[in-house]
Amino acid sequence: MSQPAILTHDLRKAYGPVQALRGIDLTVPEGTILGLLGPNGAGKTTAVRILATLLVPDAGHASVAGHDVVQEPDVVRSLIGLTGQYAAVDENLTGRENLELVGRLLHLDRRDVRARGEELLREFDLVDAAGRPVRTYSGGMRRRLDLAASLVGRPAVLFLDEPTTGLDPRSRVGLWEVIERLVADGTTILLTTQYLEEADRLADRIAVIDGGQVIAEGTSDELKDRLGEDVVEIRIADTARGPEAAELLRPLAAVEPRLDREHGRISVPVHHGAGTLAEVVRRIDGAGLEVAELSLHRPSLDDVFLTLTGRRAEADPDDTTSSPAPRRRRFGRPDRRIAA
Amino acid sequence: MTAIARPLAPAAPRARRAGWVLTDAITITWRNLMQVVRNPQLAVIDTITPIMFVLLFAFVFGGAIQVPGGNYVDYLMPGIFVQTVVFGATGTAIGLAEDLQKGLIDRFRSLPMAGSAVLVGRTFSDTLRNLYTVLVMTVVGYLIGFRFHGSPVDAVLAIGLVIGFAYAIAWLSANIGLRAKSAQAAQGAIFIPIFPLTFASSAFVPVQTMPSWLRPIAQANPVTVVVNAARGLVEGNPDPHTVIAAAAWIAGIIVVFAPLALLRYRRRA
Repeated sequence: MSQPAILTHDLRKAYGPVQALRGIDLTVPEGTILGLLGPNGAGKTTAVRILATLLVPDAGHASVAGHDVVQEPDVVRSLIGLTGQYAAVDENLTGRENLELVGRLLHLDRRDVRARGEELLREFDLVDAAGRPVRTYSGGMRRRLDLAASLVGRPAVLFLDEPTTGLDPRSRVGLWEVIERLVADGTTILLTTQYLEEADRLADRIAVIDGGQVIAEGTSDELKDRLGEDVVEIRIADTARGPEAAELLRPLAAVEPRLDREHGRISVPVHHGAGTLAEVVRRIDGAGLEVAELSLHRPSLDDVFLTLTGRRAEADPDDTTSSPAPRRRRFGRPDRRIAA
Repeated sequence: MTAIARPLAPAAPRARRAGWVLTDAITITWRNLMQVVRNPQLAVIDTITPIMFVLLFAFVFGGAIQVPGGNYVDYLMPGIFVQTVVFGATGTAIGLAEDLQKGLIDRFRSLPMAGSAVLVGRTFSDTLRNLYTVLVMTVVGYLIGFRFHGSPVDAVLAIGLVIGFAYAIAWLSANIGLRAKSAQAAQGAIFIPIFPLTFASSAFVPVQTMPSWLRPIAQANPVTVVVNAARGLVEGNPDPHTVIAAAAWIAGIIVVFAPLALLRYRRRA
């Protein structure tokens, strides 16, 4: 196959007055992962729903393995797997029966259905729970089963719409490992996420999406070059001297430091956080400034958005229920906070 | 050799897909009936509700309502049959709304299965549950003096009309379920047409006892037509015109509401 596994061109979709997609171009070569990174309401789910044939775009073009999603939905459906934001499994069926249901609806031979089901149950560590109704499963088990269900037909292209949202860190890492194995096996994946760390770990390329548009795209390294690997956040006791401190730190920054004048808080995206920290302290100290607070953390989606757009990632008012987790604590790795 | 090279379920030509409606509908029916198997409470409710309806209506209204012919239980049973199955058919709206809400319908729609099978299987399995309900009611009815006075064919035809009507209402119900934002909303919305339909009818009281403005409406109500047809069959003197009218209502409701529901299901918006 010479054509990309997933291709969209100028994809547009509006819900009434709300422009969900304002012209999205994506290309995902076969056997790679594209991470679609953005806040709630950015258009991630809309893009996935169009590619999974659940929605028809208003304009533009989308294809999977060269098959147009609008013209040939049945061909596309036979090539894809979809795991949505909510585990789409039947609560009252057992894990095994859920996989059997999908296998039967894929019209596999009865023997294939059974064999494939057992294979997936083993792979997803669900053998012991296979005979229990899904309503007795934990959140992580449901997500694993949901992912397994989308793999029954050995799809060439897999859509994962925020597969780890709401999962505890351990379940999240478990799911990441599964996703990594799939890609190693040659599956093409479009992964949407709100977690920078998730996109960083899994994706070959990352497209940052906001307000229905791709605002940055590149490999993880390319984005880090642009945005910095860590963020040093420092608060100056004398808020009036904030601009002076920001000026001192500018040479250390990967991109322009941001200054919150009101609180005397300066965020400095840097390339080598731990190494830079000492220099930050030295410079601030040398100028006779008093540090009220100092911390080093991995850039959050908020930091990326602040850098790219100059504003915080905004949640869509229609979509506030899907992610109750507070934005700051979205990382598997906790902030390294140093009290001054 | 990677997994990508050969999906297990390659796309099939249109002709083969048409044959999938039946097999897929059977799969969906299995899945829906498993809900009852895994929730024994549902089976208990499916059993107790019809018993309760028969006993309550027979003993509470039995003494108060004078009916032509005299035996209120015989008069009542066809009415209770129809009312109970119509209420039962509201399950179609609630079940579909639930599947939509939980994302299961999205999963089904992303599979290369026959789309219509989700609705065909849903309306069919809900109608099977209704058939069970009617059989329970018949048994309980027999214990308190209900009898089929006509031939076995009349009896089968009477049950057939009741179940056919249940199936038709399940399709009406499917339209509401597919448009509801939640299972609760579906439950509320479906009773708006269902209550007047069942009570402004000859199900429990003769239409003649109603105020003059309501009479023509109740007379034209398909519930009245089906109840009257079943009543004639139960009493052993069926009116062919009424039976045909009832069958026509059933066919008409399906012809209108099944395509509407299928269109709604297929709509990708």
